Amino acid sequence: MKNLAMPVLHLVLLGVIIAAPFVFPDYQTQLATLWLFIIVSLTWDMTGGQMGYNSLGNIFFYGTGMYVAAVITIGLAHNVSEYTDAAGGGIFKFTSAQYYSGVVLGSIGAGLFCALSAFIIGYVTFGLRGPYFAIGTLGVAIAAGELVSNWEWVGGGQGISMPNYPGEQERLFIYFCFAVVGVILYTFLRWLYSTRFTAAINAIRDDEEKAEAMGIHTMRYKLTAWAMSAFFVGIAGAISAFQLLHFEPLETAYQTINLGIFMVVCVLLGGKGTLWGPIIGATLFHVFKEITWNYFLGWQWVALGALIVITVVYFQEGLMGWLMAKKPEWFGIRIDSKDPASKIAEAAE
Amino acid sequence: MSAIIEVSNVSKSYGGVKANSNVSMQVQKGGITGLIGPNGSGKTTLFNSIVGYHPIDKGSIKFENKEISKLQVPEIARLGLLRTFQQTRIYGAMNCVENMLISMPHRKMTFRDAFSRNNAEHIERAENLLDFVGLYEKRYLRGGSLSFGQQKLLEFAMALMNEPTVLLLDEPTAGINPTLINGLIDRLKRANSEFGITLFVIEHNMRVIMNMADHIYCLAHGEMLAEGGPDEIQNNPTVIDAYLGAH
Repeated sequence: MKNLAMPVLHLVLLGVIIAAPFVFPDYQTQLATLWLFIIVSLTWDMTGGQMGYNSLGNIFFYGTGMYVAAVITIGLAHNVSEYTDAAGGGIFKFTSAQYYSGVVLGSIGAGLFCALSAFIIGYVTFGLRGPYFAIGTLGVAIAAGELVSNWEWVGGGQGISMPNYPGEQERLFIYFCFAVVGVILYTFLRWLYSTRFTAAINAIRDDEEKAEAMGIHTMRYKLTAWAMSAFFVGIAGAISAFQLLHFEPLETAYQTINLGIFMVVCVLLGGKGTLWGPIIGATLFHVFKEITWNYFLGWQWVALGALIVITVVYFQEGLMGWLMAKKPEWFGIRIDSKDPASKIAEAAE
Repeated sequence: MSAIIEVSNVSKSYGGVKANSNVSMQVQKGGITGLIGPNGSGKTTLFNSIVGYHPIDKGSIKFENKEISKLQVPEIARLGLLRTFQQTRIYGAMNCVENMLISMPHRKMTFRDAFSRNNAEHIERAENLLDFVGLYEKRYLRGGSLSFGQQKLLEFAMALMNEPTVLLLDEPTAGINPTLINGLIDRLKRANSEFGITLFVIEHNMRVIMNMADHIYCLAHGEMLAEGGPDEIQNNPTVIDAYLGAH
């Protein structure tokens, strides 16, 4: 009975994911954005929640993913510097084949490039702990934004334009791009969180010095975890580039104060260090944000600030953490008084 | 018996404070060696030097005839030289079984092994060791929710899970109630005799150390004051002076 519950639940969810954009055609863009929030929250939690390294610089991978995808897509069809010099003035045409190969190769390229960047940046910043790591990574993201905005080859401060979708259902296409990445990420994390790898990064979170004293290869695990996280953020950035059609470095790509902070708030809201916490948090946050942006325009940032303050002060462990404190037995936290001999005998029967 | 750890002429100072000066000592393979000394005499500094926690100023430290004074903490741990902490350290948000499973010896694990799950054999071994230290019933509770004494027992069980060759214990009985102490001494001795783990123990509790150790070193003011069997140390006037403060 219990063995059947999870597959059934997952099938139902998959059905909902596929049906949602057709049932609510007017909300396709919002649903796509929800997926973006879920992806960046889940990946932020890989280091923030599971490993105890609170990065404020994951937005670096988002922005870099956008630019890598743009350069690959444009470079496949045209000369990048001629294209950016014309500021996307419409003289450059893309065929459907060029568009789709741009989406596929651009996303994969963005993911790989960001994973590699995480290895290099991580090698330097993982010497920092706690707030210093957060500030150090934030610095990387801010610096990247400034550097890119002065780099004319990729359009400088004006940004860069992407080719249009060669069809009618652009919003639906983008939704499914995000959804596929989201579902793959969820499946990947369900597996990853059952392995010893996650036990090792959890150990680093709880007490890194102890983990070192026990002989765990801490640096290797930290770099791998961040690279895996960066891979998915890079892909999410790539898809965003195709969704936005035009983006610029400071406000869209390396948007440290928007998405860069939102992903942290989503995870805190839902509960750090759990698989479902970031998903629930991202959903709640997205709904809250859409409601305040629509109905309390002018006060939306105040409402958002209040939400962050309330979460940080009163719900530090998030929704899942609150549930874990109320119902520990749901999470397997219990006293089990059977002695091992009788348990082994029981298993043998 | 041969020496498994050889410390020769090790000095370590923090700023102007000479925590260890010209300390030489040996830990015999298969035995239980004790290290005593008044507060601030440099015992923990010596431990930290051996496990690579900080660089030493001069001298040499050998483990199984290999110079280890230039190696990092995790590298030394993977050689099979493990330590526990004076201020107990366990993984607070993980339950006892998870604490045990992540303590499996990493020297025997490749990076690929990290992406597999623990099998029933590992889990059984973890549970048996938890039973060995008397934490079986609490194995699904979070490490952080255990009492200080229980956390010490968990840390000890985690160390055993790692299958070390030598285990350095920094005050294993501090903060544990007197009835539990007898049980702990018994388990430490069994870890030595049954699992064949060489023990090197810092201890303030004289009753405990005299009961357990076959050879004892006494540090005072960063220098090696005396060494010998438990009876020799107990009757050594300089040791008694150091502890009572006459100097």
